[in-house]
Amino acid sequence: MKNTLLRLTFRRFLRHRMAVVGSVILLVIVLLIIFAPFAARYDPFEQDLLNRFQPPSPQHWMGTDDLGRDMWARILYGGRISLSVGLLSMVVAVVVGSLVGLLSGFYGGWVDSILSRITEIFLSIPRLFVLLALGMFLRSLNLPYIKAGSFAPIAIVIGVLSWMSVARLVRGSTLELREREFVVAARMIGATNMRLMFQHILPNVFSPIIVSATLGLAGAIISESGLSYLGFGVQLPTPTWGNMLSNTQNQMMIAPWTVIFPGLMIFIVVIAINYMGDGLRDALDPRHFTRE
Amino acid sequence: MTQYLIRRLIQSVLTLFVISIILFGLISSVPGGIMSAYEENPDFSAEDIARIEAKYGLNDPVPVRYAKWVGNILKGDWGNSFVSKRPAIQEVKDRLPNTLILMGSMLVVTLLIAIPLGIISAIKQYSLFDHIATTIAFAGQSLPVFWFGLMLIIIFHVTLRRPDGTPLLPGSGMVTLGAPPSLGDRIEHLILPVSMLALVSAAGYMRYLRSSMLDVIHEDYVRTARAKGLRERMVLYRHALRNALIPLVTLVGLDLPSLFGGALFTETIFAWPGIGRLYFNAALKTDYPVVMAVLIIYSALILASNLLVDIFYAVLDPRIRYS
Repeated sequence: MKNTLLRLTFRRFLRHRMAVVGSVILLVIVLLIIFAPFAARYDPFEQDLLNRFQPPSPQHWMGTDDLGRDMWARILYGGRISLSVGLLSMVVAVVVGSLVGLLSGFYGGWVDSILSRITEIFLSIPRLFVLLALGMFLRSLNLPYIKAGSFAPIAIVIGVLSWMSVARLVRGSTLELREREFVVAARMIGATNMRLMFQHILPNVFSPIIVSATLGLAGAIISESGLSYLGFGVQLPTPTWGNMLSNTQNQMMIAPWTVIFPGLMIFIVVIAINYMGDGLRDALDPRHFTRE
Repeated sequence: MTQYLIRRLIQSVLTLFVISIILFGLISSVPGGIMSAYEENPDFSAEDIARIEAKYGLNDPVPVRYAKWVGNILKGDWGNSFVSKRPAIQEVKDRLPNTLILMGSMLVVTLLIAIPLGIISAIKQYSLFDHIATTIAFAGQSLPVFWFGLMLIIIFHVTLRRPDGTPLLPGSGMVTLGAPPSLGDRIEHLILPVSMLALVSAAGYMRYLRSSMLDVIHEDYVRTARAKGLRERMVLYRHALRNALIPLVTLVGLDLPSLFGGALFTETIFAWPGIGRLYFNAALKTDYPVVMAVLIIYSALILASNLLVDIFYAVLDPRIRYS
């Protein structure tokens, strides 16, 4: 039974042409990034000051940057960090958002009031500005592992500022689900609140959570790139697609490729993920599919 | 209605209060105190730092400092910028008009693009136009806005030239330095920064309006309007569009945080002397009074716009009950 459901969902996903194209492109990029040592001939940190600002050529597919480093290698290794930050912040956002949404939808009353107020507070802060302040805070901590270009603190910070839409979504579904017969029946035979929430309600909210996790991943990649571009995210020399773009503005005249390629990678990956999310929405929510 | 408004107003003020506590707590919990940024600065000796900390009461417990800080703000004193030594609030005030010009023009252009495209796409659903418009909008929503700005500079400032060899469009600042002030010059300087933000946010608004228009078109009252023999134009613009625009108003109001964020990128990239750039530089130099002033003022503006949206919504849509 479960297999047929999965197969039906998969078949509906395949019908969304752009989603399939997006998934394939994403898969290729992820593979290239994982096997970066084989896909790139140069070391991403190796400087070659005699060959600064080389335009794209058979030797350097995407040219070289201001220190003569190979752009293609830096893009692949930078992709590891960019995608990891995106994944980690998405996981943080989904876990926090699902918990907040479940609790406030399930218990209602004062729990709901308090959690909803907290959600509103997070929604009414100027997000990018607070991200910069937090980035400034992280840098002032002077922790050795942040200086070494570690990405976990930044990823967690981004996640903590982007769980609100998941929370609202899960809260709405939980409110509706907790009145359903199967939940009432489970409660009558003595299921605990924990069991009701995590065994009966949560699995039924999985579809919208998966869709918003996909879109959240795209958003987190954009957030990281913006933050690192401004110099408040992952610190150089560790490359990410965002910080590769910082300080490139004065090179635009002589080496436009240093500006074009990192951003193009962000754009391609994000649009591929967004199309995937679109396809997943159609596949997981048949009502949505028939209406479109 | 009045009761509802008063309650919402009190709620907003309380929310702002909580936000200010969180932000203040965050900034004050920097290890080593907020002067720690100057520890490695050769211009400041350890005694200097100790003297400054004593003078400004930086060694007091956090709640005491918070109370003092709020008290001063209520008196209109937001502290002096560490960098320029001028009052932080004056720094913000000086740049507010520039940011308003940028964001205002951007919002107008966004709506001028998004509303017509959204309507046409919805009315001609699944037409070639609809497919192209929604695809472009989808791509626009996936663009990193700062990179899009850099691309605009590469294309319209670096690559494309006027016949006399000067750049086609200015790539930084609000006016040409040294040139006599003119409206044309100011508008030229607005084109790229505004396009960068407007094209990206128009994508989201257009998709949103399209789907809310599609929802409305299938409502009973639209069918009724058609059934009583109204012309299609009347049905679409008088009955459908009016209702489809209501959610768009909400969206614009609730989108303020991302508009502020977009403006920060624009102002940094195009050297636009606004609040975003002020904030960016303040954060780089750990200029806490300015950072806090901008954070609190922007949070207050966002809360105010949320409140306005609620009021607007209640006035526009008589179905909403104020409970």
